[in-house]
Amino acid sequence: MSELINLSLTDQILGLSDKSFSSKEITGAYLNEIKKKKSLNCFISVFEEESEEKALIADKNIAKNKARPLEGIPIAHKDIFCIKNKKTTCGSKMLSNFISPYSSEVFSKLDTAGAITIGKTNMDEFAMGSSNETSFYGNVLNPINEKLSPGGSSGGSAAAVRANLCSFATATDTGGSIRQPASFCGVTGIKPTYGRVSRWGMIAFASSLDQAGIIAKNAKDAAIALKYMSGFDQKDSTSLNEEVKDLQKEVDADQEHIIGIPKELIEKIKNDQVRDSFNNAISILEKDGAKIEEINLPHIEYSLPAYYVIAPAECSANLARYDGIRFGHRSESVSSLEDLYVNSRTEGFGREVKNRIFIGTFCLSAGYYDAFYNKALKIRNLIKGDFDEAFKKVSSIAMPTCSNSSFELGSINDPVEMYEQDIYTIPANLAGLPALSIPSGTSDEMPIGLQLIGNYLEEGRILNLANKFQKLTNFHEFK
Amino acid sequence: MSLNNWQPVIGLEVHVQLATKTKLFSSSPIAFGAEPNTQASEIDLGLPGVLPVLNKEAISHALKFGCAINAEISEKIIFARKNYFYPDLPKGYQISQLDNPIVGKGSVEIKLGDKSKIIGVTRAHLEEDAGKSIHDLYSNNSAIDLNRAGTCLLEIVSEPDLSSAEEAVEYLKKIHSIVTFLGISDGDMSQGSMRCDANVSVKRPDDQELGTRTELKNINSFKFVEKAIIFEIDRQIKELEKGEEIIQETRLYDSKKNLTRSMRSKEEANDYRYFPEPDLIPIKISKDQINDVRKNLPELPEIMKERFMNSYDLSDDNAELVTINKETASFFEEVLSYEVSPKNAVNWITGDLFALLNKNDKNISESKVNPKHIAEIIQNIEGQKISGPSAKKLLEIVWSEGGEIQELIQKEGLEQISNDDEIEKILDEVISENQKQFEQLKSGKDRLQGFFVGQVMKKTSGSASPQVVNILLKKKLSK
Repeated sequence: MSELINLSLTDQILGLSDKSFSSKEITGAYLNEIKKKKSLNCFISVFEEESEEKALIADKNIAKNKARPLEGIPIAHKDIFCIKNKKTTCGSKMLSNFISPYSSEVFSKLDTAGAITIGKTNMDEFAMGSSNETSFYGNVLNPINEKLSPGGSSGGSAAAVRANLCSFATATDTGGSIRQPASFCGVTGIKPTYGRVSRWGMIAFASSLDQAGIIAKNAKDAAIALKYMSGFDQKDSTSLNEEVKDLQKEVDADQEHIIGIPKELIEKIKNDQVRDSFNNAISILEKDGAKIEEINLPHIEYSLPAYYVIAPAECSANLARYDGIRFGHRSESVSSLEDLYVNSRTEGFGREVKNRIFIGTFCLSAGYYDAFYNKALKIRNLIKGDFDEAFKKVSSIAMPTCSNSSFELGSINDPVEMYEQDIYTIPANLAGLPALSIPSGTSDEMPIGLQLIGNYLEEGRILNLANKFQKLTNFHEFK
Repeated sequence: MSLNNWQPVIGLEVHVQLATKTKLFSSSPIAFGAEPNTQASEIDLGLPGVLPVLNKEAISHALKFGCAINAEISEKIIFARKNYFYPDLPKGYQISQLDNPIVGKGSVEIKLGDKSKIIGVTRAHLEEDAGKSIHDLYSNNSAIDLNRAGTCLLEIVSEPDLSSAEEAVEYLKKIHSIVTFLGISDGDMSQGSMRCDANVSVKRPDDQELGTRTELKNINSFKFVEKAIIFEIDRQIKELEKGEEIIQETRLYDSKKNLTRSMRSKEEANDYRYFPEPDLIPIKISKDQINDVRKNLPELPEIMKERFMNSYDLSDDNAELVTINKETASFFEEVLSYEVSPKNAVNWITGDLFALLNKNDKNISESKVNPKHIAEIIQNIEGQKISGPSAKKLLEIVWSEGGEIQELIQKEGLEQISNDDEIEKILDEVISENQKQFEQLKSGKDRLQGFFVGQVMKKTSGSASPQVVNILLKKKLSK
């Protein structure tokens, strides 16, 4: 049955509906693989029995011709999405005992669409990290080379897809947490437009940047998964009340593309293999008929500093609720209210989370607000303006996902060097634009990602372009 | 207390709990006195992943207030996070407003004897309330009740235009009357629906600059506002006259000891690190929306008072008395619907009924005596069917036992004896029993007239008409 887990989502849906195989078989195969590859540490929770029961129900629905769109497809959720009566840890000791009494909209939508949640994936603590090393549950190993990082923060989701432990996985992206691990693991990851997917029940890191998305085997699979996850949700005030396009149809449609290339940025790439693979990818698309335009994004170089003010500022408030009082870790050594706060938070949070709470608290403090937070907001607006200008003449923008391929676990100890991992991915978060990463070559035998950024609500267009590329190349194929 | 040429400068911050069906950012019901923590949803508990959704009813309530005080209304309103740790503040921040408060500059007019004064309102903004900490329930622990967490507050900030405790009380009464007439709050101070902080300073009349102010917290009744401010003005003058400086600080009013004491200094004050709430998008308020509110504004006390003076021919004082709050005004108008004289209605409501309410510490909406009772009592007096004393007796019976006026008149035998012959017979009896006094009265001891009327009333258990007795007595004397 092991070949079932290698199939694309499209083929799995087809195979289930024409009864070539059952959900019981495919679910069993994934659960076996999860056991076999336990050392990768992709999962924080696995729901074995429950998944097997749900597979039986799915098979009954299929037999009765009552199959829902994702009926019987085993998937994994990043452990940042609350699921009712399930442990939801966000990769933190702080929430290692938290059983959520309610479900996230992402879970509910995919559950309603018939998908089976086989487990919850490992992640950097509170989605803060780019290597999966900040997780309280230990780092995830890159399935391609276990000495290397799978990237982060959605490293568990990316590695699980690459290791064939689920059909696709949900993930979140605040500054690159879907695209960078997708790039490192040689899979396809998409962060849709801010507001396209409800944030209800998704544990907040930086509210104005956080967006849920998909990590899948290829662009077509990602399009199908994203379609069933998207939509307006009145429980999320930042959710967009816009019609959900049929991404499944659009991904295969005949579309013309004008690709914008930020030339200055590309010329500055230090890693030759990354630059060559990028130029190669663009020439493949150009040969296929896409038009290439040079564009300018003059303020993009300020993305990183702006992001590292805005994200920590929001995180410092979002993480204030973890005070040991109502839920989560509570220190045992407490003799005053002050102790309860200080000790619970000192014990419950890891180093990187504390770093960011400190940075954010500082940036919002009296006397520093204008110098840091306000200035960062202004830069954010300028970056949005750069993109608006560019999208007047192009239909998508291409750049590398990351300036390097995966690195050795434990090799980056300087936080700022780690923050630079997100240098190409952060701009899309600051502007709220949809962006994806697809494999486009290798560097030191490890995958390199090509990033495609679309205009607002144009997920379909970048998925279409990615699908085109994947029809022309085989960088995305793996067993 | 002598002000010795000191001029107090006072500004009030009034927190009004809005009478909305649900909380400001969640759909939890608002009910006073419910079992602890039963009116709190996952949003009110600040669970990981929850998001606020703004209650539109709160917006419309705030707009009503803004229109009622002729204030500027923000075209775009923004919510902000106010960050501080407290066990009854579940998220570690309160969603409030800093820039773009919903209500901008406006004013109210207060009456001080014959004079009136305009008091500026700086702003009024929406914010969520915190829960309650209860420290006296368990010996070693504090308890937290989050039923109140998230209820809608309108914080109304005045200009420092008030120059005495008396003015402050009048201003507070005015705000109370506006919000209750608008129906946007029950205004019940005993249940915390209206709470007040006062900023107090004193200066020499010719000083250009204001003196250092202190902020008085926790003054939750009209009486305490007056007492706390009087105490604080006195304290500040005494300090200054001793050559001491006033320290800018927050002081707590202790109503039991009638004094204010230092709570925290400016240095110890929280840095709230306000920043725009990223979970809520700015809300646009259209001109149409404001016009609509303005058009449908309920009748405000001044306008109602004017109408009462014109339509019912009431004096300024009487009209003021029955428009003291919305409940009294509607009580009054309901009494009038039974076609009784407005003047009698005012006298009975503000005289005997108010006396009973005061004595029993009840407000008019809790009264067992309803408008129909009052109206029927008045009708019986106007038709000379019962005497004044009988009417008072009736009112007391209805107050304590309830019942129907006509039945009670019968049952208690309060029907007035208006038959002259019958009264004359009783009067003759009284005269023959008190020959000596009658002779004295005849010889000019006028004050004995009351004695005879009284005796007749006694014999008839108050059911004789005193007017008739007087007339008959005069007839006897002139014989």
